[in-house]
Amino acid sequence: MSDHSYTLPGVTGDWEVVMGLEIHAQVVSNAKLFSGAATAFGAAPNTQVSLVDAAMPGMLPVINEHVVEQAVKTGLGLNAKINNWSRFDRKNYFYPDLPQGYQISQFQFPIVGEGAIECERDDGSRFTVRIERLHLEQDAGKSIHDLDPNSTYVDLNRSGVALMEIVSKPDIRSPEEASAYVSKLRTILRYLGTCGGDMEKGQLRADVNVSVCKPGAYEKFRETGDFKHLGTRCEIKNVNSLRFIRQAIEYEAQRQIDILEEGGKVDQETRLFDANTGVTRSMRSKEEAHDYRYFPDPDLLPLELQQTWVDEIKAGLPELPDAKRERFVSVLGLSDYDASVLAADKDRAAYFEEVAEGRDAKLASNWVNNELYGRLNKEGLTITDCPVSAAQLGGLVALIEDETISGKIAKDVFEILWAEGGDPATIVEERGLKQVTDTGAIEAVIDQLIADNPDQAASVREKPKAMGWFVGQVMKAMQGKANPQAVNEILQKKLLG
Amino acid sequence: MSDLLKLSLDEVSAKLKGKEVSATELAQAAFAACQAAQPALNAFTAFDEEKTMAMAKAADARLARGEGGLLEGVPLAIKDLFAVEGVDTSASSNILKGFKPTYESTVTSKLWDAGAVFVAKTSMDEFAMGSSNETSNTGPVVNPWKAKDSNESLTPGGSSGGSAAAVAADLCFGATGTDTGGSIRQPASFTGTVGVKGTYGRTSRWGVVAFASSLDHPGPFAKTVKDSALLLQAMSGHDPKDSTSLPNDVPDFAAAVGQSVKGLKIGVPKEYRVDGMPAEIDEVWQKGIDWLKAAGCEIVDISLPHTKYALPAYYIVAPAEASSNLARYDGMRYGNRVEGKDLNDTYEKTRAAGFGHEVQRRIMIGTYVLSAGYYDAYYLRAQKVRTRILQDFDQAFEKVDAILTPAAPSAAFGLGTKSDDPIAMYLNDVFTVTANLAGVPAMSVPAGLDKSGLPLGLQVITRALDEETMFKVGAAIEDSAGFGFKAEKWW
Repeated sequence: MSDHSYTLPGVTGDWEVVMGLEIHAQVVSNAKLFSGAATAFGAAPNTQVSLVDAAMPGMLPVINEHVVEQAVKTGLGLNAKINNWSRFDRKNYFYPDLPQGYQISQFQFPIVGEGAIECERDDGSRFTVRIERLHLEQDAGKSIHDLDPNSTYVDLNRSGVALMEIVSKPDIRSPEEASAYVSKLRTILRYLGTCGGDMEKGQLRADVNVSVCKPGAYEKFRETGDFKHLGTRCEIKNVNSLRFIRQAIEYEAQRQIDILEEGGKVDQETRLFDANTGVTRSMRSKEEAHDYRYFPDPDLLPLELQQTWVDEIKAGLPELPDAKRERFVSVLGLSDYDASVLAADKDRAAYFEEVAEGRDAKLASNWVNNELYGRLNKEGLTITDCPVSAAQLGGLVALIEDETISGKIAKDVFEILWAEGGDPATIVEERGLKQVTDTGAIEAVIDQLIADNPDQAASVREKPKAMGWFVGQVMKAMQGKANPQAVNEILQKKLLG
Repeated sequence: MSDLLKLSLDEVSAKLKGKEVSATELAQAAFAACQAAQPALNAFTAFDEEKTMAMAKAADARLARGEGGLLEGVPLAIKDLFAVEGVDTSASSNILKGFKPTYESTVTSKLWDAGAVFVAKTSMDEFAMGSSNETSNTGPVVNPWKAKDSNESLTPGGSSGGSAAAVAADLCFGATGTDTGGSIRQPASFTGTVGVKGTYGRTSRWGVVAFASSLDHPGPFAKTVKDSALLLQAMSGHDPKDSTSLPNDVPDFAAAVGQSVKGLKIGVPKEYRVDGMPAEIDEVWQKGIDWLKAAGCEIVDISLPHTKYALPAYYIVAPAEASSNLARYDGMRYGNRVEGKDLNDTYEKTRAAGFGHEVQRRIMIGTYVLSAGYYDAYYLRAQKVRTRILQDFDQAFEKVDAILTPAAPSAAFGLGTKSDDPIAMYLNDVFTVTANLAGVPAMSVPAGLDKSGLPLGLQVITRALDEETMFKVGAAIEDSAGFGFKAEKWW
């Protein structure tokens, strides 16, 4: 811990932070959890609402089997225990965006039990977050308060959409780790195809439980499992970006420390993070907390899974990011850093693998991570809207690898691919960009240059570093097509010989 | 034409198929009879003459082609708890007053698929909560039966009182009801009709306004056991829209009617002899025992030891589920709303105005028993009792094929005589709730009249999925009782 411990100074000494996260992940499915209604994002309000979602009299829920499969898949991806017997309960409360007057959730018997995932800090070091549980539940509709000063509008498109609530143990110790955990979870979910993970669209939402304690207290908690060693926690609801998660934690930890150092007491409560001001504010206290009156939903039978079905799902799981990263290192020989960067995004990894297929993996990795992503980031694009396909970039890498073109020319070809498209080999051929490896031709140019610039040649003999000027001149004379290695070798021989 | 209405469903079916009468004539007669009886009996909450006549016409067309289902052309009344497309479906509650569903319940769909004709929606205790049909937002239903030498208005029982009254008064040939704690069997007993609930899950709950999901059993009222078997058969079957619907095939229930009961073992549970039960109830029970013995059954004394806990457990589980099921009536999307100064005020005003006292009482009881700190003591314990009740039946059915008990602890009582005493009212369900808690089939069969000339019913309970034995035994009682009594027409 010591290397990565996050401490906040106070007048009474240092403080540490402890966090557990509850992530709500919308399940990728074309129908809702208990109704056949569609789930596309951005549809006109109240157009994706079935009689069940609107809780019309006499309507009954029927479980969507695909969603159950997605939850099992996710559980397996989180290295977690799958509970072959689970149950749906009703969580009762009144709100206009909750048509039934209760949310169907899994309170006592979740479909997935304990698991663990490995996450990565910004410096590449790794830490484990244990998963407490994953359960299925219905999303509520959306209340829109800002359309009219006197009324609230309700959009029920989201009502009944399937959510996985993934609860971590209090294993997260810094804002950075919290963000890394959410990021890793999102990567895994995307690999599995069980959640889109787009936080802006609300596909992934985080509730962050934050408490502070003195150094040493957390270790006591881990030894004993007794929460009394930890501080009183506050739950920050619905934080919807990685940046906000960091900000909210930083603010909240400091707020709690300030209270404690002034001799006060942190109240257990639910708080909201205001992204505009960067502060958290109280939403409701423990006393105001709802009594949800959970009880088993009598409209649904317990969810019973066949072990053989679970095994089939397990056998069909895709390669997950950790395994992919390890393979990139051990089989493809990439650096741990490059492998991590590539594996951290499913689409990026897939793109890279296509580029690298049968080619120099390191070269492919450099091109994807540096040239391609540099350009994408600059243009604000994602890999899925990239104008250069993996096949095109692969073709380009092949041309570099067999020395048809130099890395420098490759950048020009890349520009052409980006702007105009086309086949890299054809572009190189048609535009005469082929590298000149004919040493005779290069020698002729070099001889001429040395003859024309005797002073320069002399100074290089004294100061070999100045040879770069000649390299530039050769390239200029040969429109950049000279093989740089050959140019260097010949210059070395001729000037320093 | 009014004589036709006195026929049983089975008899009138034969006349329809024999073209002695048309579905249209029959529908007109039933419709007119319902309308004529409405001022006196107050059994109905909605009519749709156009729909009735259109359905009758379609039935006639099918009959003319020699087609037609099990119930082709037969007019039926529908409890107001069932969604009937385009017809007011309000669960006899102000909160849903004027609500017209855009969908049809599975049970009524099946009835229409079998050729039945909708004739009216029937009144009920609000949200099926009651045993006297006095909590309906359209006022109490009056039992067609009156005690000898008395003009006192009697309850038809509840909650399905309107359906019971409509069948008892020969206004239609059958009706749907729902039975959560006895809401079919007790009114059947009070009105001299046959009332049945099948195994839990036999009939779909989809499109039926929920009271207590784990206890709600849609089922029929009929004039005869055979009619009730035909109706239950048409109503039953797997429904993928109801997760608790049974996947099992539906047997030919009507074929069981009339089969010999010789050699069947009939259990008589000692726990159903309750204190303060009128001697006449005991007498009719003994008659039933004698009839079945005479028909060749073996009578076995049995014990269902947890019976005394059934009613308290029921009055925890049912309100608990109801408190949650009725949360959707919040005035937000449909039904009636009373605007308040803010959201909570609107909720409170809407639900205070929309729900009657009994519904409010049960929502409060249910909310209480589910609340933090009380859940274990009430709800969880009630569920344990439920398991025990089920075990009682399982053990009993190792020894016997059917159980015979009284259907209700009294004959029909006067309107208003128990409405101020909820406990006295709840005791009406004392013989019926056990079958709901266990989910086993049960029916009430008219067995005789008490001294004041009011009908009394006997209850037959069988093991899960064995409705056939229930109908067999029910028919044997019907045969021996030679009931044949009708309420004297005064309406």
